[in-house]
Amino acid sequence: MKVLCAMSGGVDSSVAAAMLVEAGHEVTGVTLRLWGGQSDSGCCAVSDTDDARRVAQQLGIDHFVFNFSDEFDEKVVAPYVEAHGAGRTPNPCVECNRHLKFDRLLERSKVLGFDALATGHHVRIESVDDELYLARGADYAKDQSYVLYMLDQEQLRECMFPVGDKTKAQVRELALKLDLRTATKAESQDVCFITKADGREAFLSDRLSLTPGRVVDTEGNELGEVPALELITIGQRRGLDLGGNPTRRFALEVNVEAATVTIGEASDRFVESQSFGQLRTAAGQMPIDVFVQVSAHGKAMAATVEQNLITWAGPRARVAPGQSVVFYDGDRVVGGAIAEL
Amino acid sequence: MDVYLDNAASTSLRPGALDAMMPYFLKHHGNPSGGHKEARIARQAIEESRDSVAEILGCEPSEVIFTSGGTESDNLAVRGSLVGVEGRALYSAIEHPAIMTTLEEFNAQEIPVTSDGRLDMVEFRKALGPDVQFVSVMAANNEVGSIQNLAPIGEVVRELAPDAVIHTDAIQAAPWFDLKDVTAAVDLLSISAHKFGGPNGVGALVHKKGTRLAPQQTGGGHEQERRGGTQNTAGIVGLARALEITVAERDVEVPRIRALRDQLAAGILSGIDGVTTTIDLADSLPNICHLLLAGVESEVLLFLLEKEGVMASAASSCASGAIGLSHVLAALGGDAAKATGAVRLSLGWDTTQADIERGISAVVSSVATARERSR
Repeated sequence: MKVLCAMSGGVDSSVAAAMLVEAGHEVTGVTLRLWGGQSDSGCCAVSDTDDARRVAQQLGIDHFVFNFSDEFDEKVVAPYVEAHGAGRTPNPCVECNRHLKFDRLLERSKVLGFDALATGHHVRIESVDDELYLARGADYAKDQSYVLYMLDQEQLRECMFPVGDKTKAQVRELALKLDLRTATKAESQDVCFITKADGREAFLSDRLSLTPGRVVDTEGNELGEVPALELITIGQRRGLDLGGNPTRRFALEVNVEAATVTIGEASDRFVESQSFGQLRTAAGQMPIDVFVQVSAHGKAMAATVEQNLITWAGPRARVAPGQSVVFYDGDRVVGGAIAEL
Repeated sequence: MDVYLDNAASTSLRPGALDAMMPYFLKHHGNPSGGHKEARIARQAIEESRDSVAEILGCEPSEVIFTSGGTESDNLAVRGSLVGVEGRALYSAIEHPAIMTTLEEFNAQEIPVTSDGRLDMVEFRKALGPDVQFVSVMAANNEVGSIQNLAPIGEVVRELAPDAVIHTDAIQAAPWFDLKDVTAAVDLLSISAHKFGGPNGVGALVHKKGTRLAPQQTGGGHEQERRGGTQNTAGIVGLARALEITVAERDVEVPRIRALRDQLAAGILSGIDGVTTTIDLADSLPNICHLLLAGVESEVLLFLLEKEGVMASAASSCASGAIGLSHVLAALGGDAAKATGAVRLSLGWDTTQADIERGISAVVSSVATARERSR
């Protein structure tokens, strides 16, 4: 098959490309230029593109760079800023996968005549009753199914995830065996367009007018102030400890319009149910009894899902609006959505 | 065989230039600054090259500084004219990044161009004044091929900004024009060998006598203390020989290349809909065919062209290899700024009739394929 392999310059996608070559596919590498600004590493820095290109050279495959920085600004960065402005907690990696890697790039791969698009994500594809499901990667600690829950039948048919059956250790071992220059490269973890040096606050304050807010308790008593409501995440504790109170308190709700952040004790965070919107199901009807994961590497919790409501098997902390909630049946992703208030 | 239509990026080395260079790789490796026989041989080769380049460009040999290429020549012109100098700099909106990014260090003002890629003389006049210390306007643009008339630009600068150093980036113009009139109109002029069949990594800056120029690379006083560093003897010899051959063949080559370029454009325009020339070809360098394309993205077209064995380019490439958004097309405004796709097909000394025929069919079929698959 003619396969376009997205190569970030990291070890996983390097090994993915190598495995595809080994399997006899006609492989072409591509690195996306997404973010034109400052970056610690992430997907877009020139040095990472160089690493990807050098690995492609080692493998003897062609390598291209596509510049999707306009779409990245429009579909990922601007909504990220806007969501923070509305007091929500967005997940830009999910949106990048949704709009850039598995929409823009997948479409591009078809226009260029490729049969499939491959990436180095730690996920697998399972087929059940002629339906395809995204499934957790073999290495649960590195599983990335949470950030790819949006893939539908057509996308799953057109995608390949060669390293999904391997553990990270096996991936590194293979990279070392093939003498790939990225074999021992450190992983990128954080949001690629936010630098460690400047952080989220500086990034957002350049793009938003940050709103000072009042800190209130669940009864509406005013307890203090915060400099920027847009930087508060539901469940956050730091920066809200206003002294005097022996129990730890957490952000329960951010209301940018009213310029308040409501805080409460640990027990106030817990809810029986959680609403969501923008549901995507993998294949037809989703089972009612599922496990729900609410962060990239969080533990999935038992719940029932009906209409636009998750009912937890036991009380658990409220999910910040804007975060993705992903529904699992065993290792299979059966759906996903965005948490609402 | 691949069809190479990216000569504005880099040309193939002329065999005559390679022949001239070989002795300086294989035998005469002396340091031209030394005192012994091998050094004298190298030095003589450099000085004869300098004489030849000066004669072709219309200046004195002592006015030619050899550099490592176009970017260094442009950087030296900007920094050498402006470091430690109070005042403004003016530059056209379609200058090469070697000029534009370097000018970010200084108080510099961009002058717009018209939709055909020529300096807007009304705005230019308005911006000029006695505090202007540096002006850079490229003789011919590297993307769309538009040509500036430097003589009236030079005159108006002399009149309104008498202290200004006038620089022109003539890197794309050098293969195709007699530059003597351009040299006469300016104080500094950049050229680069690999645009006219010379080797990569060598260029020159014409530095007219009496023009202030602070060296930016210091060392052993090479190039009359204007550019430190042991000279690239073979490269300089290759530059001079490539330029000599280019000039000797120009009367035949320019009409030949222009006819091939016009044939290329006509073949593409008649072969597919939704394609226009970015500027009037009659106003453009004879070797550049820059096209705007509806319904096909530049990256897609270049990929498909490569699959058909045709090498071309779109906007200038950044260090990562990604196609940057073209500041030149943005500056032209109108359709050029809005186009989803653009491609630059550029011819060189070794482009043949067969290349053009394959180029036409590859562009026509690639655009059709891209549009079909995008539906």
